[in-house]
Amino acid sequence: MAERAIGLATAVRAGDRSARSVVESHLAVIAEREPDVHAFNLVLADRSLARADEIDAIVAAGGDPGPLAGVPIAVKDNTCMRGVPTTCSSKILGQWRPPYDATVVQRLHEAGAIAIGKTNLDEFAMGSSTENSAFGPTRNPLDLDLVPGGSSGGSAAAVAAGFAPLAIGSDTGGSIRQPAAFCGVVGMKPTYGAVSRYGLIAFASSLDQIGPFAADVADAAALFEVLAGHDPLDSTSIAEPAAQVSGVLDRGVEGLRVGVISELSGAGIDGIAADVQDRTRTAADALGAAGALVDEVSVPSTVFGLSAYYLIAPAEASSNLSRYDGGRYGLRVDGANNEAMNVASRSAGFGDEVKRRIMLGTYALSAGYYDAYYGKAQKVRTLIRDDFAAAYENHDVLLSPTAPTTAFPLGDRTADPMTMYVNDVCTIPSNLAGHPAISVPYGVGASGLPIGVQVLAPTRGEAVMFQVAAALERTMA
Amino acid sequence: MTREAVVEPVLPEGWELVVGCEVHCELATATKLFCGCRNGFGDEPNRNTCPVCLGLPGSLPVLNEAAVAFAMQLGRALGSTVRGSVFARKNYFYPDMPKDYQITQYDQPTNVDGFLELPTGARVTIERAHIEEDTGKSTHVGGSGRIHDASYSLVDYNRAGVPLVEIVSAPDIHTIDDAKAYVAELRAILVTIGVSDAKMEEGSMRVDANVSVRPAGSDELRTRCEVKNINSIRSLGRAIEYEARRHIDLYNSGQAPRQETRHWDEANGRSTSGRSKEDSEDYRYFEEPDLLPLDATADEIAAIDDAMPPLPAGRRRLLTDAGVDAASAVILVDRGHDHFAAETIRVGGEAALVARHLVHNLPDGPGEVDPAALAALVEMESTGALSSTQAKTVLAELAASGGEPSAVAAAHGFEAMDTGELEGILDDLIAAHPDEWTRFVEGDRKVQGFFVGQIMAATKGQADGKVVNQLMQARLAG
Amino acid sequence: MIGILPAMSSPISRDDVAHVARLARLELSSDELDRFTDQLGAILEHAADVEALDVTDIEPMHHPVPMSNVMRPDVVVPSLDRDEVLAQAPAAEAGQFRVPPVLGEA
Ligand SMILES: [Mg+2]
Ligand SMILES: [Zn+2]
Repeated sequence: MAERAIGLATAVRAGDRSARSVVESHLAVIAEREPDVHAFNLVLADRSLARADEIDAIVAAGGDPGPLAGVPIAVKDNTCMRGVPTTCSSKILGQWRPPYDATVVQRLHEAGAIAIGKTNLDEFAMGSSTENSAFGPTRNPLDLDLVPGGSSGGSAAAVAAGFAPLAIGSDTGGSIRQPAAFCGVVGMKPTYGAVSRYGLIAFASSLDQIGPFAADVADAAALFEVLAGHDPLDSTSIAEPAAQVSGVLDRGVEGLRVGVISELSGAGIDGIAADVQDRTRTAADALGAAGALVDEVSVPSTVFGLSAYYLIAPAEASSNLSRYDGGRYGLRVDGANNEAMNVASRSAGFGDEVKRRIMLGTYALSAGYYDAYYGKAQKVRTLIRDDFAAAYENHDVLLSPTAPTTAFPLGDRTADPMTMYVNDVCTIPSNLAGHPAISVPYGVGASGLPIGVQVLAPTRGEAVMFQVAAALERTMA
Repeated sequence: MTREAVVEPVLPEGWELVVGCEVHCELATATKLFCGCRNGFGDEPNRNTCPVCLGLPGSLPVLNEAAVAFAMQLGRALGSTVRGSVFARKNYFYPDMPKDYQITQYDQPTNVDGFLELPTGARVTIERAHIEEDTGKSTHVGGSGRIHDASYSLVDYNRAGVPLVEIVSAPDIHTIDDAKAYVAELRAILVTIGVSDAKMEEGSMRVDANVSVRPAGSDELRTRCEVKNINSIRSLGRAIEYEARRHIDLYNSGQAPRQETRHWDEANGRSTSGRSKEDSEDYRYFEEPDLLPLDATADEIAAIDDAMPPLPAGRRRLLTDAGVDAASAVILVDRGHDHFAAETIRVGGEAALVARHLVHNLPDGPGEVDPAALAALVEMESTGALSSTQAKTVLAELAASGGEPSAVAAAHGFEAMDTGELEGILDDLIAAHPDEWTRFVEGDRKVQGFFVGQIMAATKGQADGKVVNQLMQARLAG
Repeated sequence: MIGILPAMSSPISRDDVAHVARLARLELSSDELDRFTDQLGAILEHAADVEALDVTDIEPMHHPVPMSNVMRPDVVVPSLDRDEVLAQAPAAEAGQFRVPPVLGEA
């Protein structure tokens, strides 16, 4: 990992460093390591250099290109950029070039950030290892035999490999936080509705959120502030201004009440690796030493999160992915009639994991099963939200591991979908409840691989969440 | 628009018709339901499209507040309970539907439990009137142009996402006349409150009829068929009759219809079986996660009620209470001439004559005549100052250029004819047609018309028919 | 794994999978059908803990952020450039999207 975003933007805005040189140095790192890592589906070299020149011109003319002036950012390839192929790492989209920009792409542009490439992901963000990409897996820059996590594995790897100081990903069940943990970077899922989903290609609409990746908490906070804010194009966007978080990072945790979620930290469930449990405990102790009031708290219904998630997310996905029918854009495999064309295009265009989830979701919604599956899972969300609410009555933030294990080898978990799904057990509850959560790298485990600790906060609790995350990060320094 | 007077085709003895209607009408908003694209008819294909109404990946719907307001207004006009609602997705594949799901209201629609009062007094329960988006339009190219042997289809998404209200009636309709009256009445309401132009010919109002039959006197509900592709009120009547007879024939031959969607083929006057709905029936409805629930507060509903214009049923009642016959009242309200009629009657015009002139002589509206002038004209006619033929002539001129009826009548030289002059003409006629006069005297009243006609001809229409009749009667008595 | 309850007897059959594949417009080979039936069965077995939960009086949570009446004004905004849209279409003709013939009518 190279330079930090805030430092680069400060230098560019001050005219101390050209945006062009920043982009060039990152393109040089990409040229060197990208063939091994495969973080990107597309590197936007010419485009980002051209944009860098524009930014330099603004600075030269005495203007301010924005808080992220000249900072290269890697954009998950399920985010629409006008005229740029946007694939979701699926064959079904072909070389589709959206005729419009996602709201976050516009906001990044207005902040002076430079989109340097579109990053690889599990097809349609369905996966936890970035192995479900139609264009081949991304590898963990820390160890090329390992997965980077997923589904935003390309974005996590891009930051970890120094391809860009910042990246954006999307997080439906942990798709930002888990790869951040595997790659040793910071990854954050905002409160549902804090960041516009307009232009984010939907996986599960009631769970999806776009969020930042960065090398440290301060950079993640700066990026969050650019991404967040009301968007009239997204009905689920929160109508109030987003929390300002950069100002609270130095405040410390004196007197803050931190609850370690017993169900997700090894005490309640099997499958959390010993080294992960250990680092989570160490993190809790460090916060305690820094003045926080730390205890253990039970959020009982979180144990149902995984099951509920694997009914809700596929159900919504089955509907969201119907539109890929070969008719208007993307891949078409011809057929004798329209229905045959739909079937041929979809069967050829979607990978196995996507098909699996479409069928699971179709089943969960189909006549006679709605109440038993989707309907019930939506009620479990209420239970989880209420349990969290009870925990937050006497806690400011909660703590858990981000993922049950450290990064695993490629191919290790592809045979049995359930072994892959359990990766998200600690991250899913926040998506179901709509709460923000952040993964902060907290040392390494038994095999020397990074471990992430997750700080969870209630709805719109980003400020206190970042405050604790920054404090936690300082305890490692 | 005039409602046709029809003689109801009679179903075979012993059967009762059971019909429920689903009417889709496009709301007259400026933009579509979930995006800011123009809601227009007849534009070049795919000009009014954007990421949202094309269902492009990443796009999201945002609800049009005017569409919701219109739907709530319609709900109140239909006497519905207007309440909080939730949008859902109805999932099925169809090339006209860009997302391969339709955003509609499912178990929590905006309007429930309404009713419609027909001019005959019949009352049809309206179960729900919910908001949903329209689909695009396909044109089938090649082959004979019919869908089954088309070689390909072209799709235009201008209509995709146009706001619709789907109005679902209970199976409360038992005659073809009532079915037609129901749709006509619905259209009158839509136009009155200004939420839709409700043109069946442009597809902004589309009627599907759920048709079944049952033995007269029973209250069972037998298998129904949904007949689609009905393009006019006239074809609604034809389609229902055809379908009902088809069911009766099946029952009479020991068979039964199966539940299905059928398409009305207007050219051939028959319905044909659509695709089996076995699979597509499983629509996998679920709450639309991209949209939030709608509330409807008591204040909002009260404001809608306060702003509600007078509705057709009430307007008809106003006319009939003022002495207009029921049939004329229907026509005058449908044409929107009822307010003028009521005003004319209020300033003294005799109801029957006012209605007759407006219905028959002023089908396109009063033009330059004002209510006072029409009332004065009607007065001149009823006192015999003008014959009905003269009145018609004067009225046409008033409608075209305005003015005072007395002045226009004078300019035409229309004056009430002197009775003595008419007696003289009658004497001449009796002399010229002695046989006819004898028949009249002997009681053949049919020849009375002959004499009236002759006098009218002789006086170039200036004679008052009523006065002529009186003269003839007087001679009989004398 | 977490929360595993006793497995229900075959939560999804091969026929069920064939049916949902048809609904979802996916074509599966016989092998795929077997494999997906097993995998979906395993996932649904895991979901059995949710299925078994008594949530009778619990309201479902459809939206993470409780909001209502989110609407936009009825104001026309420019539509897309049709050429840009149709340039992305697999087939287009006369300003329209071209698709194979539709069987039956919806
Ligand atoms: Mg409908
Ligand atoms: Zn549009």
